[in-house]
Amino acid sequence: MSADALALSTTGLTKRFGRQLVVDDVALAVPTGAVYGFIGPNGSGKTTTIRMLLGLVRPEAGSCRVLGGAIPSESADVLPRVGALVEGPAFHPYLSGRANLHRLDAADARSDPATSERRIGAALDRVGLTAAAGKKYRAYSLGMRQRLGIAAALLQPRDLLVLDEPTNGLDPQGTREVRHLVADLAADGATVFVSSHLLSEVEQICSHLGVMRTGRLVAQGPIGELSSLTATRFRVRTADVDQALAVLGGLGVTDAVRTAEGVTGSLGDLAPERIVRDLVEADVSVAEFVQVAPALEDLFVQLTGEGFDVSG
Amino acid sequence: MSAARGWLRLLGSELRLIIGRRRNQVGLGVLFGLVVMVGIVLKVSAMRHPRSPSGDLIAAVAGNGIFLGFAALSIEIALFLPLAISVLAGDAIAGEANQGTLRYLLVAPVGRARLVLVKATSLAIGALIGAVVVATAGVLTGAVLFGIGPPTSLSGSQLGVADGLWRLLLAALYLAAGLAALAMIGLFISTLTEQPIAATVATAMVGTLFWILDSVPQLDWLHPWLLVDRWLAFVDLLRDPPFTDRIVAGLWVDLAYAAVFLTLAWLRLRTKDVTS
Repeated sequence: MSADALALSTTGLTKRFGRQLVVDDVALAVPTGAVYGFIGPNGSGKTTTIRMLLGLVRPEAGSCRVLGGAIPSESADVLPRVGALVEGPAFHPYLSGRANLHRLDAADARSDPATSERRIGAALDRVGLTAAAGKKYRAYSLGMRQRLGIAAALLQPRDLLVLDEPTNGLDPQGTREVRHLVADLAADGATVFVSSHLLSEVEQICSHLGVMRTGRLVAQGPIGELSSLTATRFRVRTADVDQALAVLGGLGVTDAVRTAEGVTGSLGDLAPERIVRDLVEADVSVAEFVQVAPALEDLFVQLTGEGFDVSG
Repeated sequence: MSAARGWLRLLGSELRLIIGRRRNQVGLGVLFGLVVMVGIVLKVSAMRHPRSPSGDLIAAVAGNGIFLGFAALSIEIALFLPLAISVLAGDAIAGEANQGTLRYLLVAPVGRARLVLVKATSLAIGALIGAVVVATAGVLTGAVLFGIGPPTSLSGSQLGVADGLWRLLLAALYLAAGLAALAMIGLFISTLTEQPIAATVATAMVGTLFWILDSVPQLDWLHPWLLVDRWLAFVDLLRDPPFTDRIVAGLWVDLAYAAVFLTLAWLRLRTKDVTS
C-alpha cells in the first residue's frame, strides 16, 4: 500500500513512562477513508498512542505519519486538518461553550476569523448544543461536555478525526447520535480513528479494527478479515447427545461439547451439510442445526483477555 | 500579515481570559483597595500630627496627593504586585495543563513557540495593568484625601502637575518591566508542573528571596545582579532633572532575566510531553 493510501501510519512506535513500557513497537496502518476502531482494555496504551499521533507526547522510538506529514516535526501543517478529542473534553469552566470554541479557534493560527462565528455555530449545531451554547462550561453535564469536545473537533473541515472514547458519558440516545455523526463524517470523506475500550461501541460503525493489549497492537485489519480469524461455530439441538458427540469425534471436531440443548463445536473446514448427513445417518435426531456467525467479541476477548483487570 | 493578525487574535483571547476571570478582578480590586487603605491611614495620622518631622515620600503625601501614587507603588512593589503577577504567571502553562486545555490548544494547533510568546506577552500586559492600577489608585485616592497640586521634586524644585503625573506613569512603566521579568521566571516555573498553585508559590518565593538577599549586606557583591535590587530606583524619577543611571541599569537587568527565563520556558515547553 502506498504512503498516500494511508491517512495515518506508525512504525515501531514506542513510549516508556519511567520504567514502564506503555506503548511497545506499534505499527498502525489506517487507510484513507477508513473508520478505524482502536480498541483495547483500559490502560492498554491507546491514549498514549493517540497523544503521540497528535504530537502531544514524543515517541521514544519509531515514527508517526499523519495525512502525509511527519509528527511531530510537521505538526503545524498537519494538525489544522485533524480534529481531535483526546481523553475526554477539557475546557475553561468559567467560559461559555461558545466562548471556549472561540478560544480554540483563535488558537489555530490558520483559522479565518471572518468565518469563525459561522463555523462555531455550525459545529455547535452539529452536536445539538446550540441551545446551551451560552451556558458556562462548568454548568454542563458530562454528556454536554462530551458534545462540546466533539464540536471543537469539527471547527474546521477535517480530513482526519481522532476521537478518543467519543461516547464516554453519553446516554444511549447520545451514543447513537455520535455513531450517526461518525458515519456522516466518514461519508463526507473524512478518515475516522475512533478508540474505545468497548468493542460493541465501535463494531457497528468501523471498517477496520486495531486491537491493543498491554501496549502492543495484537491485531489489525479490515473488520471482515478479523472476523475470519475466529472459528465459525455450529450448534446442534438434539436429545441424542452422546451419539452426536461420537459422530462429531469421528468427523474430527475436537472441541465438541455438551450444552443444555445438545452439542456445539467449531466448524473448521467441514461443510455443514456433511455434519448433518453423518448425524442423521447415525440415527441422531437433529431438531435444529445452526451455524453461528463468528462474533468479533470473541476475538476481542481472545486477544485481550477476559475480566475486569486493567492492563498493568 | 495574516500570521500577525492571528497572533493578535490569540493575544486578545488570552487577555480576555485573564481579565474576565473573577479571581483576577478581585485581585486587582485588592491592589486598589490597599492603596485606599494606606491613604486613609495617612490622612488620619496627618490629622493627628499635622507637622510630621520626616521628609520622606510617605510624609510628602500629606502635602500633595500625587505623591500617594509613588508611595502606593513603593508599598505594593515589595509584596503585593509580585504576588499578583506570580498568580498570573503560575497559571499560564500549569493552569492550562491542570485543566487539560493545554492539550487542546496544542492540537488546535497553537504552535508551542506561539503559545509561549502569547503567554509571555499577556503576562507583560498583566504586569503593566497591575502597576498602572496601583499608581492610578494612588493618584485618585490622593486627590480625594489630600488634593493635588504642583509637586516639589526631591531636588527641591517645583514641577508642574502634568509633569508629576507623567513621571508617575514612567515609574509605573519601569516597575511593570521588573514585574514582567519576574513573570518570565514564573512562566518558566509554570512549564515545569501541572499544579498552578505550586508554580505561583514558587514564583512568589523567588521574588521574596530576591528581596531577602538584597537586604543582606554581606552579599553586596551579588546585589547588582538581583532582579529587585533597583526596583525602588523609580524614585529617581522625582529628582529634577530625573536621575536615570540606576533606572537604565535596572531595565537591563530586567531584560536579561526576561530573556533568559523566556528562553528556558520555550526550551522546556518545546519538548515537554503533555500527558495531562
